[in-house]
Amino acid sequence: MIIISAVNKRFGKLEVLKSIHAEFNHGKSYAMIGPNGSGKTTLIKCILGMVLPDSGTIQVNGKSIANDWSYRNLIGYMPQIGRYPDQMKIGQIFDMIRDLRQDQSHIDEDLIKEFSLDRMSDKRMHTLSGGTRQKVSASLAFLFNPRIMILDEPTAGLDPIAVEILKEKIIAEKNKDRTFLITSHIMSDLDELTSNVVYLEEGKILFNDTIDLLKEETGEIKLGRAIATIMKRNLKESEKV
Amino acid sequence: MKIAKYVSYDILRNRFIALYTLFLLIVTFSMFSLDSDPGKATLSLLNIILLVVPLVSIVFTTIHFYNSYEFIELLLAQPVSRKTIYFAEYFSISIALSTAYIIGVAIPMLFLNLSESSLYLIMAGLLLTFVFVALAFGASVATRDKAKAIGIALLFWFYFTLIYDGLILYVIYSFSDYPLDKVTLALVSLNPIDLARIIILLKLDLSALMGYTGAFYKNFFGSSLGVIYSVLFLFVWTLAPLLLAMRKFVRKDI
Repeated sequence: MIIISAVNKRFGKLEVLKSIHAEFNHGKSYAMIGPNGSGKTTLIKCILGMVLPDSGTIQVNGKSIANDWSYRNLIGYMPQIGRYPDQMKIGQIFDMIRDLRQDQSHIDEDLIKEFSLDRMSDKRMHTLSGGTRQKVSASLAFLFNPRIMILDEPTAGLDPIAVEILKEKIIAEKNKDRTFLITSHIMSDLDELTSNVVYLEEGKILFNDTIDLLKEETGEIKLGRAIATIMKRNLKESEKV
Repeated sequence: MKIAKYVSYDILRNRFIALYTLFLLIVTFSMFSLDSDPGKATLSLLNIILLVVPLVSIVFTTIHFYNSYEFIELLLAQPVSRKTIYFAEYFSISIALSTAYIIGVAIPMLFLNLSESSLYLIMAGLLLTFVFVALAFGASVATRDKAKAIGIALLFWFYFTLIYDGLILYVIYSFSDYPLDKVTLALVSLNPIDLARIIILLKLDLSALMGYTGAFYKNFFGSSLGVIYSVLFLFVWTLAPLLLAMRKFVRKDI
């Protein structure tokens, strides 16, 4: 469970996050949606401790994450772009990350097998295509069965078969009392994978509730249309002001 | 340390490190085969090493830091502290560059010319590697822009190899009426490359070429105390930028 309260962040003159309040609970999966540059990645990086907020606090499972790193045992993260040291082998990457984790009790190698990465563990990272690197990132994120999963554009760059494998995996894991945070620009994916929507625009959370409620409110059947309606509505409001 | 194991393995397989090793090997062998006097050969080698080792260390480290940016991001998402990641990166690069130097210079020299001055040359090269890798971390952490960081790194190199010597000469020249021994000693301590140079020059017994100040240096650096002093200062030159950059890295937004 993640509690974000009054988080502010600015890069120079640009206010990226404006007093963000949010709660992400176990057993739910959240779609983070927003236009480019709305602060999605920055918010994720704040939760991961990569970006330090100017003010406000973030708690993971009841403990503040400031000056702490052990909470990251609970988190699996799949980055938007995964780049690895060129000369490392796939097997070595997995070995290294395993060496770093203390909690080895629930190793989950399903994805490694399904993406058949185990059969190419001697391949060096610089010989891999972008899609294969994404597969490595995805397998790493799921490897330790973490309570909290943060996936930044998980399906970008993957081939259709891999996308289906990954989606099935997410759906299977979703029901195990986890927290999922997924950003994506592919609404149909999010419609399948998530139960809640967090809509960010210009560093503010404008909507944070279930997808069903969003659809009801906007009278649309598809998530994509519903989001588009909200975006247009906001545009009109800002024009009025 | 677990990270360092994997990362240094990765760097050691890098083609650039292999080229650097080969270059050092060729230079060492050619210096000793061109000159029959081992003292002169050591001196020529010294001059090349004082230029090349700092340049390669600082540029390679800066480029490597930026190339591993996404990888550092991935490590930051793991349950490890930023300090651990930072030192792992520092040690990996230092180990890789030192290995290249040991294979390229140290081992051949032990066979070609085993003497006190050779041992000092080997030590000086290693210490300079540590110093300039640390300075490169300072440059890398200071900015998010790769080109800017390489610029800063090169500026460090220019400053310590060329500009600083010019400044010292200018000071000595314009204040030549005053006793300057202690002042120049202090000024030399502010440049790691000069520190390395002076130990070896004195060990090679070329200090007579340096006049009165040379005699003073010989008195000071020729003694074991002088060597300890300069080694100590080279360690300061490693630790100061390393720790300053670490403080910055720990608070940096990645």
